[in-house]
Amino acid sequence: MLDDIAIRIRQNIGLVTAILLFCALYIFYNAAHPRGFSSAVLVQNGDEIFALAMLAMAQTVPVLMSGLDLSVGAVMTMVGCFASYLLTGAAGGAPLHLDMFGVHLGLGTFPGGVSGILLGIAVCLAIGAAAGFINGCVVVYGRIQPIIATLATGAVYIGIALFLRPTPGGKIDVDLNWALTNSLGDFASTVHIFDDGAAAWFAPFAWIPVPFVLLVLIPLLVWVPFRRSVLGRAVYAIGSAEGAAYMSGLPIERAKIAAFTLAGFFAGCGGLFLAIQTSSGNADIPQAGAYTLNSIASVVIGGTSLLGGTGSAIGSIFGAMVLRVISFFFRIFDIAPLLQPLFEGVILLAAVSIGALGMLRVKNTLELFR
Amino acid sequence: MTAASFSLSRDDRPILIAAAFIVVILVAGTVYTFARFGSAPLLSPAYLLQQLQIGAFLGIVSAGMMIVILIAQIDLSVPWTLAAAAMMATSVGGPLAIPVGLGVGVLVGLVNGVGVAYLRVPSMIFTLGVNAVMRGLMVAHTGGYAPQTGATDLMRMLAGDRTLGIPNALFVWAAVSVLVVVILQRMSLGRYIYAIGNKEAAAYLAGVNTRRVTVVCFVLCGLAAALAGVLLAGYSTKAYQGMGDAYLLPSIAAVVIGGTNILGGRGRYLGTLIGVVLIVLLNSVLSIMEMPEAGRQVIYGLVIIFMLLVYGRGERVTS
Repeated sequence: MLDDIAIRIRQNIGLVTAILLFCALYIFYNAAHPRGFSSAVLVQNGDEIFALAMLAMAQTVPVLMSGLDLSVGAVMTMVGCFASYLLTGAAGGAPLHLDMFGVHLGLGTFPGGVSGILLGIAVCLAIGAAAGFINGCVVVYGRIQPIIATLATGAVYIGIALFLRPTPGGKIDVDLNWALTNSLGDFASTVHIFDDGAAAWFAPFAWIPVPFVLLVLIPLLVWVPFRRSVLGRAVYAIGSAEGAAYMSGLPIERAKIAAFTLAGFFAGCGGLFLAIQTSSGNADIPQAGAYTLNSIASVVIGGTSLLGGTGSAIGSIFGAMVLRVISFFFRIFDIAPLLQPLFEGVILLAAVSIGALGMLRVKNTLELFR
Repeated sequence: MTAASFSLSRDDRPILIAAAFIVVILVAGTVYTFARFGSAPLLSPAYLLQQLQIGAFLGIVSAGMMIVILIAQIDLSVPWTLAAAAMMATSVGGPLAIPVGLGVGVLVGLVNGVGVAYLRVPSMIFTLGVNAVMRGLMVAHTGGYAPQTGATDLMRMLAGDRTLGIPNALFVWAAVSVLVVVILQRMSLGRYIYAIGNKEAAAYLAGVNTRRVTVVCFVLCGLAAALAGVLLAGYSTKAYQGMGDAYLLPSIAAVVIGGTNILGGRGRYLGTLIGVVLIVLLNSVLSIMEMPEAGRQVIYGLVIIFMLLVYGRGERVTS
C-alpha cells in the first residue's frame, strides 16, 4: 500500500511539487496578509486565478501530445468579445446586427432573461470549442505543425475579436457578474436557491468562492472523463511515441482534433469568465499574447513535459496558481512597482530551470538528446 | 547548365511559390490602386525601396531567428532583446552606443544558449523567461516610460539615411544576409547547424560539440535582434517600450513561409529573405487598401495557413 503511494508520487513528482509549492506560497501569503484566511481575500484571488488556470488547462492538452497551441489567448479574447454581446441580460433581448463593407445586416434578437443568459453561455463555450476544432482540422488535415498552425489561426481569431470590439465595450448582466465572481453565499442569494443562501446546512459552505468551485467542477466533469476515455489515452500515447500509437491502432486523427477542441473549450471558459469578471469585451492583443505565454509557463511549472506524454491538466491549474500567487506577494511586501516585472521574470526563469536539476542524474550524455 | 539545376529540389519549391505569391500581391495591389486612385505606387522603385527599408529590421531579426529554428529551437526573447539593445545603446550614447547595444544581444544570447544547451530547459520556455527578465530590467532601468535619450548620429545614419539613393538599412540587411549565407553554406558551423536540426544525438555521436554550436546559434540570434534594435532606434530617433513586440511572430512567420521546417534541419536563407519581402509587401498593400486592423489580422493568418497548405505539409507518421 505504502509502496503503491510512493510509486504514484514518484510518477507524478511534477504535480506533487507544484501542489506543495502552491500550498507553501499560499499559506505564507495569507499569513502575511493583514486580512489573510478570509473569504474576501479568497474570492479576490479566485477571480484573478480563474482565467489563467483555464488557459493553462487548455494549453496542457495539446502539449501532452507534444504539440503547442499558440492561439489559446486569441480564442479567450474572441470568446470574451462574443460574450459582451450575448450576455447583456437585457429584458427584451439584445438585437444583433452585422455591419460589414457598408452592409447592414440584422441577425434578429438574441433572447434575454435567464434562459437567454444560459443560452449565451452555451453559445460562447461552443464558439470556443469550434475555434479549437478548426485548429485541430488545420493540424490534422492540413498536416501543418501545431505551433505554426495555431500561430496563424490565432491571428484570425484576434482579427475576429477586433472586428467585434474595435474598442473595449459591451456589457455583461450585473447579476451574472455578481453571482460568478463572489462566494457561494452570494451566488445562492443571487439565483435564489437554498432560501437565498440562508439555509442552515448551507452556512458552512457559503464562504467558498465560486471560481474555486468551478475550478474543481470543470476538471472533474470535463478533464477526468476525457483523460479516461480512449481519446484521452490516445493523446498521451501520441505524446510518447506517435508512430507506436499509430501502430497500436489508436485513433490518432480523432484524438488530435479532440485535443485541440478541448483546448478551445477550456480557453472559451477562460474568456467567458474574463468577460463576466470585467463586464466588457476587449480585443486586447498584448493581453492575449501574455495569457498564451503564461499558459505555457503554467503548464511547465505544473509538471507537464513540453515533449509530451507526461503530466496532467490538474498540475497546470496548480502551475497557474503558483504563477499568480507570486504576483500577489508584490501587494503585501513593499516591492517597488518598477521592480515587479523583474522579480516576476527572475522567478519564472528560476521556476523553469528547476527541471534542470534532473541533468545531474544523467549518466550517459546521449540521454540528453531526446 | 546541367539538367539537375532545373529540377526542383524539396527546398526550392516553397521559395518559388512564395516568390510567385509576391508577384500576385504586387499585381493585386496595383490593380486596386489603379482602379481607385489611377496610379501604381507599388511599382515605383522609390516606394518599394522605402518599404524594404522598413522591412530591413524584420529581415535582420528573421535572419537570426532562422538560425535558431534550423537547430530545432526557438527564441522568444527577441522582443525585449531588441528593445533592451536599443535602450542601452541610446542611454550610453557616443561612440560606444552601437557596441554596447550589440553587447546586450550577445549577452542575452549567451544566457539563452547556456540555458538551452547546458541546462537542457526547452528553449520555448527558457527564452520566454529571459524575455520576462529583460523586460523587468528595462522597466526598472527606464521607469516604464520611453527613455528621453536619443539615438546617436551614426545610428541615425545607418538606419535612416541613403547612399546613392539606396537606404543604408538595406546595406546592413544585405551584409547580414551575406554573413548568414556564408555561415550556412560555406562554414563547418553551417553543416553542424543542419546536422543538429536533423538529429542532435547523431550530430553528437559524429563528434560535433552540439552544445557549443547551440550556444553560438543563440548568440547569433541575440546579436541579430540587437542589431535590429539599434537600427530601429536610429530610424525612429529614440528607443521606446514594446518596440520589439511587433517583430516576434512576423519573424517566425517569415522563416516558415520561406520553407524552413519549424522542426529544424531544413531550409534555405533565400526562402527567409523572400518570406520577409512577402510579409512586408502584404502589410503595405493592406495599408494602402486602408484595411482595418481586424481584417489585417485575419488576412495575415489566412495567408500563412494558405502558404503552408500549398507546400508546408508534413508527412503522416505511420511507423
